Amino acid sequence: MQLYDMPDARGHFGQYGGTFVAETLVEALEELRLMYEKYQHDPVFLAEYAYDLKHFVGRPSPIYHAKRLSDKVGGAQIYLKREDLNHTGAHKINNTIGQALLAKRMGKPRVIAETGAGQHGVATATIAARLGLECVVYMGSEDVKRQAPNVFRMKLLGATVVPVESGSKTLKDALNEAMRDWVTNVHNTFYIIGTVAGPHPYPMMVRDFQAVIGIEAKEQMIEMVGRQPDAVVACVGGGSNAMGIFYPYIDVPNVRLIGVEAAGLGMETGKHAAPLTANSPVGVLHGNRTYLMQDNDGNIIETHSISAGLDYPGVGPEHAWLKDIKRAEYVAVTDDEAMAAFHNLCRTEGIIPALESSHALAYAEKLAKTMSKDKIVLVNLSGRGDKDINTVAKLANITL
Amino acid sequence: MSRIQSVFATLKQQSKTALIPYITAGDPHPKFTVSLMHTLVENGADMIELGVPFSDPMADGPVIQRASERALLHKVGLTAVLEMVKTFRETDQNTPIILMGYANPIEAIGAVAFADRAKAADVDGVITVDYPPEECGEFVKELRARDIDPVFLLSPTTEPKRVELIVNQASGFVYYVSLKGVTGAANLDIVEVAARVASIRQQTNLPVGVGFGIRDAATAKATAAIADAVVIGSRMVLAIEASNEGNLLSNVATLMAELKTAVDAA
Repeated sequence: MQLYDMPDARGHFGQYGGTFVAETLVEALEELRLMYEKYQHDPVFLAEYAYDLKHFVGRPSPIYHAKRLSDKVGGAQIYLKREDLNHTGAHKINNTIGQALLAKRMGKPRVIAETGAGQHGVATATIAARLGLECVVYMGSEDVKRQAPNVFRMKLLGATVVPVESGSKTLKDALNEAMRDWVTNVHNTFYIIGTVAGPHPYPMMVRDFQAVIGIEAKEQMIEMVGRQPDAVVACVGGGSNAMGIFYPYIDVPNVRLIGVEAAGLGMETGKHAAPLTANSPVGVLHGNRTYLMQDNDGNIIETHSISAGLDYPGVGPEHAWLKDIKRAEYVAVTDDEAMAAFHNLCRTEGIIPALESSHALAYAEKLAKTMSKDKIVLVNLSGRGDKDINTVAKLANITL
Repeated sequence: MSRIQSVFATLKQQSKTALIPYITAGDPHPKFTVSLMHTLVENGADMIELGVPFSDPMADGPVIQRASERALLHKVGLTAVLEMVKTFRETDQNTPIILMGYANPIEAIGAVAFADRAKAADVDGVITVDYPPEECGEFVKELRARDIDPVFLLSPTTEPKRVELIVNQASGFVYYVSLKGVTGAANLDIVEVAARVASIRQQTNLPVGVGFGIRDAATAKATAAIADAVVIGSRMVLAIEASNEGNLLSNVATLMAELKTAVDAA
């Protein structure tokens, strides 16, 4: 079997990916690509990264056998990769540390980020504080309203949060605004993108920084059960936690890789955020070519998901590629199914999962039911649900 | 010779600089776009840059973003824009029309189909902000096969080696973005721009247009002295935004005439 070696030198995963940006950013991306190439194998850089992952984040994150949940579901054994136990409560910090260390190496005193639910913004503000970098986070004004606690967390950490009023006032517009900032301040600013999207080298670089999830999991599964899982399940918005756990498994035969998108109110309603599952047309947004939710004129349409972190009209180009070559499968679960899985994990295992991760849990339950008890499903529990309690309470008409 | 090339050739004989206003198609309402185009020409536009509305205009500042949003309220997409060009051509066969926009509306139609339809509408040039030359080889080929000029942007951060790559793909003219930032961001530094334009000229015989940051007659005049074309975008869109249905055309005519006088005086 030929080893997987995507992307190509210009960041293409087959027809996906690439560098679709305004001319002003081309040199900046080239500089970033060269610096990343230089440091990605640099022992001193890697040691610094590993030190922070261990002592600042608390890695490795454990794998946990969700026995009561598995028994309740009545099928395959469900194991959880506990990214929810990381400092700041999600997998996002793995990537922001890597990029922030790179920013420091490149002598950029200012970092910017986009954020939807606020997790990536918090993770960026956190490492910026730790390294003494100025930090500006762009966030859609709708999300600023919906995610007030995370906005306050970022401010506590010394970041400036800029509400974005353009377009649909959500994640994609925050990304547009961060790009505009970067074009303007490219001489002193490093743009820390939070997911495996954006122009090359971001999809590759973010994947590499998140791959620690899968690298650990491969070792831990051997230690725990002496073999690899039959299926690995992760939620996909932009797709960084899924790429992080999938990537080290791509060359491992007989491990199914399953990405779970947000079906929102139901695929048939059109109110979802699942471009892969819906087979949306291929297009160009935010610097790369990928499956994209759009109208006939090529304008991006509004997405819907109960989970702000999955509410994105595109998807990382490597997922588009893995779908086409059939190495990974992509499915979608609705808001309601994700909510049911959320409550299920709370009650059976004493773990409050993020609404994003609840999508992966919902599908894992469906899948496990169809498998025998000696099979193993590994779920990437990408984040904890503390940030979501207001959303969940509101659904139950409870005022906190 | 393409329409764009012949306009530049004529102006060169007269030692004049081209004035290229930008408007977003469909702003403030699709019913005004063709009249606005004629008004621009009547008051001195040598060519027109016609913006294709897009939901995510990443390289644009707030002024042109708002124009895009106003146009999208009326569902003006690339297909509608091509129809407007067709209508404009019924009474004006001389003024070059350059579409300016983003890659995805073109991707949605497909490169070949877009090139066919642009040709049928008699479009002269296309600027696609997020198609750097490395990513649009096929697209450029399709345009040039139909004598449509692919116009590329050069920025203050574009290294000479890259200028080489870009001018080899471009035709019609190249467009120097006079500042680091989005459209309409700040005032340009004319001394720096002059130096950059001079250096670009050493690498190409294509005419060099300058845009981004030209906000009044004075900067237009100063830019005209060093460039082959002056592009006025956000300032023009601001005039449209500040107008009502009654004074829209006359306000645009006044601004246009003022800029024309300034550019001709350079």
